[in-house]
Amino acid sequence: MAAVEHDIPHTQEHYPTGVMRWLTTTNHKDIGTMYLWFSFLMFLTGGVMALTIRAELFQPGLQIVNPEFFNQLTTMHGLIMVFGAIMPAFVGFANWQIPMMIGAPDMAFARMNNWSFWLLPPAALLLITSFFVPGGAAAGGWTFYPPLSVQMGIGMDMMIFAIHILGASSIMGAINIITTILNMRAPGMTLMKMPMFVWTWLITAYLLVLVMPVLAGVVTMLLTDRNFGTNFFNAAGGGDPVMFQHIFWFFGHPEVYIMILPSFGIVSEVIPTFARKPLFGYSSMVYATASIAILSCIVWAHHMFTAGMPVTGQLFFMYGTMLIAVPTGVKVFNWTATMWRGSMTFETPMLFSIGFIFLFVIGGFSGVVCAIVPIDVQVQDTYYVIAHFHYVLVSGSLFAIFAGAYYWLPKWTGHMYDETLGKWHFWLSMFFFNLTFFVQHFLGLAGMPRRIPDYALQFADFNMISSIGAFGFGSTQLLFLYIVLKCIRGGAKAPAKAWEGGKTLEWTLPSPAPYHSFHTSPVIK
Amino acid sequence: MNRAAASIVGMMAIALYSGMGMAAADPYQLNLPEPQTIIARQIYDQHTMLLWICLAIFIGVFGVMFYSVLKHRKSVGYKAANFHHSTTVEIIWTIIPFFILVGMAFPATKTIIAMKDTSSPDITIKTTGYQWKWGYDYLTGEGEGISFLSNLATPRAQIENASPKEENYLLEVDNPVVVPIGKKVRIIITANDVLHAWWVPALGVKQDAIPGYIRDAWFTIDKPGTYRGQCAELCGKDHGFMPIVVEAVEPEKYTQWVAEQKSKSAAAVVDVSKEFTMDELKAEGEKVYAANCVACHQANGKGIPGTFAALDGSKVATGPKAGHIDIVMNGKTGTAMAAFKHLSDVQIAAVVTYERNAWGNTAGDVVQPSEINELRK
Repeated sequence: MAAVEHDIPHTQEHYPTGVMRWLTTTNHKDIGTMYLWFSFLMFLTGGVMALTIRAELFQPGLQIVNPEFFNQLTTMHGLIMVFGAIMPAFVGFANWQIPMMIGAPDMAFARMNNWSFWLLPPAALLLITSFFVPGGAAAGGWTFYPPLSVQMGIGMDMMIFAIHILGASSIMGAINIITTILNMRAPGMTLMKMPMFVWTWLITAYLLVLVMPVLAGVVTMLLTDRNFGTNFFNAAGGGDPVMFQHIFWFFGHPEVYIMILPSFGIVSEVIPTFARKPLFGYSSMVYATASIAILSCIVWAHHMFTAGMPVTGQLFFMYGTMLIAVPTGVKVFNWTATMWRGSMTFETPMLFSIGFIFLFVIGGFSGVVCAIVPIDVQVQDTYYVIAHFHYVLVSGSLFAIFAGAYYWLPKWTGHMYDETLGKWHFWLSMFFFNLTFFVQHFLGLAGMPRRIPDYALQFADFNMISSIGAFGFGSTQLLFLYIVLKCIRGGAKAPAKAWEGGKTLEWTLPSPAPYHSFHTSPVIK
Repeated sequence: MNRAAASIVGMMAIALYSGMGMAAADPYQLNLPEPQTIIARQIYDQHTMLLWICLAIFIGVFGVMFYSVLKHRKSVGYKAANFHHSTTVEIIWTIIPFFILVGMAFPATKTIIAMKDTSSPDITIKTTGYQWKWGYDYLTGEGEGISFLSNLATPRAQIENASPKEENYLLEVDNPVVVPIGKKVRIIITANDVLHAWWVPALGVKQDAIPGYIRDAWFTIDKPGTYRGQCAELCGKDHGFMPIVVEAVEPEKYTQWVAEQKSKSAAAVVDVSKEFTMDELKAEGEKVYAANCVACHQANGKGIPGTFAALDGSKVATGPKAGHIDIVMNGKTGTAMAAFKHLSDVQIAAVVTYERNAWGNTAGDVVQPSEINELRK
């Protein structure tokens, strides 16, 4: 019996075949693979929604979708990209890489690992099928502020349920990662000898455990307001709509860092490898990551500067937010210093990492602009903010995901990917990304609000440019799919140490990595 | 990469040198609109200052990085060094950004404090966000007692591409807010149904409108003109279709406008005890319906299946009239149906009468304004 075989330790390469392998697997690599494919599928789904939005915004006037459906699209695009694409992709990386990088055979809780993955498809199904129920999908924005979200149909309840499931999955994943890292490191690997990717995920996992229950709480309050007559967020019943925003953003702001800290980790692995030089300022990188995580928990209300709060409140949240620039700056300086006087080569992972730093810094600058309360009053809820968070989420998180995928594909598949196509993927992404989002800064400053299906004539030209860029960016990602499939099916044989400068433990394993990573722990001196 | 960098440089150059002269409808406007109040001007200047600081840091960091990318590459035979930390350097690049941030925070703090000072206004106006229009009530100062709703004036045909779009497409309203220049206007902001946000970029004011709570902001406009803005907080289907237009005029013209409004509203006062005929009510009701109800329930009364209820043949519109009046006045919690208590007695009576006797509905009964008036007590 398959299940019995699984209980025997050290059964190399013995597992059920076909669908049952994936349904019953407790192997960190299989689960990692499923996370990554799931997230890519969601990335395409959310991407199609984004392109529909951009198609509607190609010209002023209503052409393709009606305003109700437009609002459903913006809402679902946000939710699917955040909870379906970016977060699961990082968990996929964690599953594949953390055991290999700390010299462990697998994750600590192998069965729970299976469960945390298999919770995702039903949640995704709930989100997607909600388009077909009466009233359509939730249309209150991915932040679903009440009272608007109280007005919605059953699509909103389906979204709430999906968020509950996704949250449970994230919490289990995070506990698994924390336990694995704290208990299963190879002998001699002290915390301060761990690879940066492992460090950033350890901190991210703590953030997840801290804030996902808060999200679960706030959506539950919304659920009872909607269905059971409570008045948490209804002023007429003694509640407060702004309280929702406080609780939501207490989750929401750390969430932003949940989506960026693992990227910092990936980039901190890639740059030293291709610079052939150790990471500059390892310990300050660790402290900077921790500082960002701690600060991220006390700045939530900067998303609410126009909701109205006392002067002291605005000042506190403004100063706190600005402070985040300090540890973030330290990271950028450290990466630059790592590259300085290295012996660099520019394979695709390195290109995506440099692209990441370059564009993430632009997103960081617009972040500081948004942190300044008076300026934020002008740009809050405009396309400037859209541009800002796509610079940190797309050219930030997503570019780092691409960097990581190219970096570790040889280890995962045993083949080198097509370097020429990889470079094309990078340069096309770079060009179209900027075409799409740079002009949105101008739109926001000139006064175009976000989440509108139609706009004044003065915004027409930049919107058209942005839409063209979006279609270019979207199509470019199909190239990535082709490159990955090609790499899985064949290509030059990857050596154990696929990259000359690779120093971490996974490069001591053969490529492709064996089904169970380390049977005997390597000893770190 | 250079393209992005060039755009940044361009953006900043234009911000500093030519931004001020640009017309509001410039299709290539790259910066904030020309500021019309002292707060908007401070915001504009701080934004410009920030961009220059960011540009300097950007050039510094990426100058070093791209020098390294060009020189320290394996393909030119550069051998890697092996240094990996320097406490001195790391302390320096932690401290310096900190002081730069303090420099940015200082003017911002002063502006925040100024923005919050809504004391001793010359005129106070309350604005209420509705799905999907703005209501204005002049509470104190010259014009006290004026009250009106402000709807999108762009014809549906332009939105549906059936007729050419005009210059102020989606940024025009039937009744703009008129204010005198040089006077401190305090604006009190609230909402009736869901969150909205009152935003006029040239005035440097954006404030969320929250049902059940009030917030305030202020502005003093320097020169006459028409300043346009939009709702900035997602409020449902027609979020993109509820603009704000502020007309700033000379104080004498403002006095004139106030007088006109007063005489208009005096003429509009109707004796609520008057008995109206069915036809009078239906005619008025059709207008009220077109201004308030049509966005959801549609002109044919069929609504949008699954989203907005149909009125044609509905239980409410064909059942007892008490239930119909109740839902119009108080809304229905848990749905998009908002309360319309803010309409006048005549308007409510008219629209209910209209809905009960339009399309296929033939309730045949008439609701008199006096009945509504009675219900309010």
